[in-house]
This record gives sequence, C-alpha cells and structure tokens, in this order.
Amino acid sequence: MPANESHPMAGALPPDDGRPPQLTRRGFLSKGAVALAGASAVAAALSPLRELKPGDIPSLEQFLQKHYKEMTADEKHAAIARIAREVAARYGVQPNVADPPPLSGVEFVYALNISRCIGCRKCVYACVAENNPSRAPEIQYIRVLKMEKGSINIETADHHYDPPVVPGPDSYYMPVQCHQCAKPPCVKVCPVEATWQEPDGITVIDYDWCIGCRYCAAACPYWARRFNFAEPQIPAEKLNPDMSYLSNRPRPKGVMEKCTFCLQRTRVGRMPACVEVCPTGSRKFGNVLDPESEVAYILKHKRAFVLKEDVGTLPRFFYYFDERGSRYHEPIAPIQPEPGGGA
Amino acid sequence: MRRYLHFLWACFRLSFVGDWRYHAWMTVLTVIALTGLYAYCQQLVHGLQTTGMTDQVSWGAYIANFTYLVGLAAAAAMLVIPVYVYRNLQLHDVVIFGELLAVSVIVMCLLFVNVDLGRPDRFMHLFWRFNFPLSMLTWDVIALNGYLLLNLHICGYLIYSAYCGRTPSKAFYIPFVFIAIVWAVSIHTVTAFLYVGLGGRPFWNSAIIAPRFLASAFAAGPSFIILTLQIVRRFTAHYVADDALLTLRRIVQVAMIMNIFLLGCELFVEFYTDTAHVASARYLYFGLHGRHALVPWIWTAVLFDLLALALLVLPASRGLPALNLACVLSIVGIWIEKGMGLIVPAFIPTPLGEIVEYQPTVNEILVCFGIWAFGLLLYTVFVRVSVPVLAGEITAPGARPAAGAH
Repeated sequence: MPANESHPMAGALPPDDGRPPQLTRRGFLSKGAVALAGASAVAAALSPLRELKPGDIPSLEQFLQKHYKEMTADEKHAAIARIAREVAARYGVQPNVADPPPLSGVEFVYALNISRCIGCRKCVYACVAENNPSRAPEIQYIRVLKMEKGSINIETADHHYDPPVVPGPDSYYMPVQCHQCAKPPCVKVCPVEATWQEPDGITVIDYDWCIGCRYCAAACPYWARRFNFAEPQIPAEKLNPDMSYLSNRPRPKGVMEKCTFCLQRTRVGRMPACVEVCPTGSRKFGNVLDPESEVAYILKHKRAFVLKEDVGTLPRFFYYFDERGSRYHEPIAPIQPEPGGGA
Repeated sequence: MRRYLHFLWACFRLSFVGDWRYHAWMTVLTVIALTGLYAYCQQLVHGLQTTGMTDQVSWGAYIANFTYLVGLAAAAAMLVIPVYVYRNLQLHDVVIFGELLAVSVIVMCLLFVNVDLGRPDRFMHLFWRFNFPLSMLTWDVIALNGYLLLNLHICGYLIYSAYCGRTPSKAFYIPFVFIAIVWAVSIHTVTAFLYVGLGGRPFWNSAIIAPRFLASAFAAGPSFIILTLQIVRRFTAHYVADDALLTLRRIVQVAMIMNIFLLGCELFVEFYTDTAHVASARYLYFGLHGRHALVPWIWTAVLFDLLALALLVLPASRGLPALNLACVLSIVGIWIEKGMGLIVPAFIPTPLGEIVEYQPTVNEILVCFGIWAFGLLLYTVFVRVSVPVLAGEITAPGARPAAGAH
C-alpha cells in the first residue's frame, strides 16, 4: 500500500546504508537543539532526586543483605552491628541492639479485661515510648475504642473520644492492637515473606526485607498494621536504646510495622510495656503453655472471647470480663427433661 | 541476529518520523510523562506521604488504575477470540492492534504497581523469596508478566516476519495465541482474587467480583479498541472496515448487559440483606455518617453505564457517532466503578469502624497521568512502526516485500 502523504504517521525512512547520514549545518543545529531540550527535560524531571540524603540510598551492604531467616549467625551479627552504627550516627545514642530468639515451650497470649479497662490510653503512650515508632507522622500500635454499653458493634465505636476524665458514663473501652493470630492473613498475603509467625506465636516483620506493598494492611481484619508513609522522625532523647532486630529498632521509610508483644522484653522475661503501665490491671500477658500462668487461668476460668471470631484468624489476643451474679449464686440443679418426652 | 538488530534500529528510527501532528502528539505525551516522572521522583524522596493514602485507606488511585488497566489488557482477548476461534475475517486485520494495546497496557499496570511500592529499591526480593502459591500477589506477578511475554512474542513475531518478507509459521504463534486467550481471562481473575480472598474486607469478600471484573473489562476494553481503531484508520494508512467496529459493538453490548446485571445482583445482596457488612457499599452509594466523597462519582458511573447500555441496545449505535458516545461513556463509567468505586470503599470504614476519606493528591494524580501518557506513547510508537512494516513498506535489506503477510 503506498504511503498516503495526508497521514501524520506517513513518510518513509531516510535511506540507511550503514554510512552516517549527511548532515547539513541547519539539520545539525535543529537536531542538536531538540536533543538538548529533551535531555534538559529529563534532567528537570529527575531533579527532585538531588534532595535524596545519603541514608536514603541503600548501601551495597544493605542492598545485598539476606532475608532474616537465611542469614547465618555471622551475617546477623554484621547486620546488627550495622544497625547499631546507623542508630548511633543518626541519634547520637549508642543502642543496645539484640536479637532474642523465641523461647522453647512458650506461646504468648494476651488477655484484656474489658470490665476493668477505663480507657485512659496510658498503654498507647507506653507502647510508643518503648517501641520507637515515628512521632511525626505519628504511629501508634494500640487503638482504644470507646464502646456504647449494650453494644459490641465496633462500627459504632468512638476512636477519638477526648473527655476531661475517664471512664465516661454508659461506655466501656476496648483497646485493639495486633492480635498475633494463629492463622494470620497478613503472613499469607505477603508476596516476599517479609512477615512471618515465630514459634512463640508472635508475627514479626523483617524491616529490611519488606517492599512496602501494603497488601498485609489490606488483609488485616484488626487494622493492626502501620505503614511508614514518610521517613520516621523520633527525637533523639525519646529513643529507646534497648532494641531488637525484629521489633523496636528504628524503621526506615516505606515499610510496615506493628505490635510485636514487645518481644525485646517478653523474650527475656519481662512484661510488655502496655501491661506494665496499665493502672487498672486490665492487661494480662503470659505463656499459655504454662498451666500455672495467669493467662492460662483466665482462659480456663473467665468468660473470654475474641474479636471478630467469624473471620477465623484464631487470635492470641483475648478479651474477657469479670463475672458478677450468676457465678456467685448457690449451685442449683438444672431442669432435667421429664421421662417420657417433653422438657 | 544482525538482521534483528537492524529491525530494531529501523523501528527506532521510524518512531521519530512523521508530520507535525505526529510530533506535536508525541511531544505532548512526552511532556506529561516527564511531569509524571518528576512527581514520582518527589514521591521517592519524600515517601508515600506525597499521596492521599493513609493507614486507614492504604490503597488508592494507583491500585485503582492498575485494576482497571488489567481489564483493558485482558480485553485484547475479545479481538483474538473472534479471529482465531470463529475465523472472523473483519477483525483479522486489526487483531494485532489489540495485542499491541495489551502490551502497552500491561506495561502501564506494572508501572502502577511499582509506583505504589514503599520500597521499589527492594523489588529484587521478589526473586529471592517468592511467597508462591500462598500470596495472590505472586500469582498476579506471574500472570501479568506471562501475559506481557505472550503478547510481546505474538506481535513481535508477526511484525518481524513481515519485516523479513516471510510468511509467519503458524507453529510459532498459533499455540501462543490460544494460550494468551486463557491467560487473558486468568490475569483478570487473579487480580480479582487479590481482593476477594480477604476475609477482613467484606466489601471485597464476594465471589461475584471476578465475574464482574471480566464483564466490565470486556465492555470497557473493546470500547477502547473501537475508538483506537478509528484513530488508527484516521491517522495511518491502515484500512479498518466498519464491519470490524460493528463486530466489536456486539461484544461491548453483551458485556455491558452482563456488567449491569452482575452489578444489580451485587447491590441486591448488599442492600436487601442489609447486614453490618453493607457499611462500605452504603458509604459508596449513599454516604455514611455524613461522609460521602464517593457518592457523586459512583452515581455518575451508574448513569454513564446505563446510558451506554441504552445506546448500545438501540439501533442508533450502528452509526459511529452514537457508538463512539456509548464507548466513551462505558470507558469512563467503568473506570470510576471499578477503580475508585471498588478499591477505595473497601477501606471505608476501616475494620475498626473508623471513617477516614481518601482524596488523591496533585502529586499522585500527576504520577497517574504520567503513566497513562507513557502508555499512550508506547502504543503510538507500536502502531507507528507496525503499520508500515505489516504493509510491507519497510523490509529487511534484500527481503522481498510481502504485503499483508500477517
């Protein structure tokens, strides 16, 4: 089909016989001008990259760092030393970076007494002080819901209650944080296995492996995951220098984070910061495999339930309430069906 | 190999040849694409805080566009099936434009996913620990890249054969054409599964989403191709028969009927049952607790879809003006319904009942426009190169021109 000159895309190629095309002075200048304009447009488009700070570009060491589970002991050592160096350089604080392993025969569970919780949010701020999340933009792992008495529908809960004193009348409080599910949907959906469940039941994130797709945030039924939309800002004097690789070390921009049951404390025999600070004793934590533990007692004897049982993720975070009334009644015989049918 | 490099070089040079209209169009697209690149560099430096996304609404315009474009890419199958399964001759000469569209659109999809990543520098981690088959995102990585390779192979082989003056050997492309048909359905199904498999998001957790995706894709995609083919016909030497457009019209017609029907089924289940799970749909269609950012959008989409349907079932749309209007309405209507109307409301309210609305930022919108411009740029180059090569006007040195070889 002959080229039709009325079409904008018509026009044959100039002959290309391997020799450089004959250049006229005019042609050279106009082509040069177009090329120059193009190059400067690309340079202008890329210009914001000049604002990148040295720490924004991953070093070769960071770039080549393996997934946490694939690192040898030496490699973990090197990674921990690098993290300590980076923290010292950025915050002027010499951190103590550890990597406590999960303890054998331990499965952590959490129990929260909604009869006692008064909604003071001390847990929220103790958690922030312990876990080194960004202060600006603000990241918090615990969200305390103010619930109306007579309803357990969280869709009508108040997230931003701000009265002079708590507890408010006709309300109760339901703090929500990562439920450390036994069937965690966040782990299932992660395309790069950057998040996984540890043998002690804690779901952790390798902040050096996460690609920041936020699929886990979409999958979580408890809205427990937080994303670093910006470079995290933590005042140096607020930094908690006792940190661990899989939990509260400072996070980079663009990765997920979440509650880890304070594994930097709980794996060495301490209580999570939220448990320690709670003024009402509403928060209980421990090893459910130990029959003598407080949580084992609560799960056995109290009226415990999990939030959104219907989503089937088997949380390790239980709510319970204190019995009043029926449990203190004198035992009576239940009504027996009469012989011969009928109740 | 030498000849293939010659071919690529010829294609490269061809893409710069055209009259002032061609150059003006390419310049405009380049400027928009570079503006998008600028906005993306801002995002790289300052993080995803440059977008309107939050912990509450953690996916927004990027993933919405991605979802829509996967459908557009899958719709190439609606050209391929009539040609290779039913031996439709009108569409035979234009099927390659559908496949080239699929290539450009998949590239756009991959770009949209990448700009959504918080750590694009760690993209390589996908190769080291690939959570397959558990994570649906890994399925999507395979589906999209596989579809890209299939279509690149089919188009590249046909165009290169024409360049060499050879008749393409069926064994080298027909099997791939049939694999690509099944694959086209799979890319959109897998993309739907990305959303529907999440028990914590009742708005998505519905089996009807995958069929709805396909129906809306097969309405919006061929609509897009109807418009594209008219542009190809107007601006290149390639002839496109009206009959080809009318065949596509029938496809859009049926797909739009199914799309509206499935939408109705979904709405019935949501609102007649009226459980607590209706909150997101209520937010989308009527607003929730005084928040209703998406309400005007979704009703525009519903209106556009219904108008397009009315036009498509009327004989008037056998004429091109009415058909084009119906196509524009369904493209825009479905973009809203499937993009912002499907992704954003699933996050509102959050699983804890909080209502935070989402509004894309200017920077985010510039990135979106940049990717669209880049995709159009790519497609224009593909069309620019393939038309004269397939017509036998550009051939390898020493090859016999074989006009209409494909």
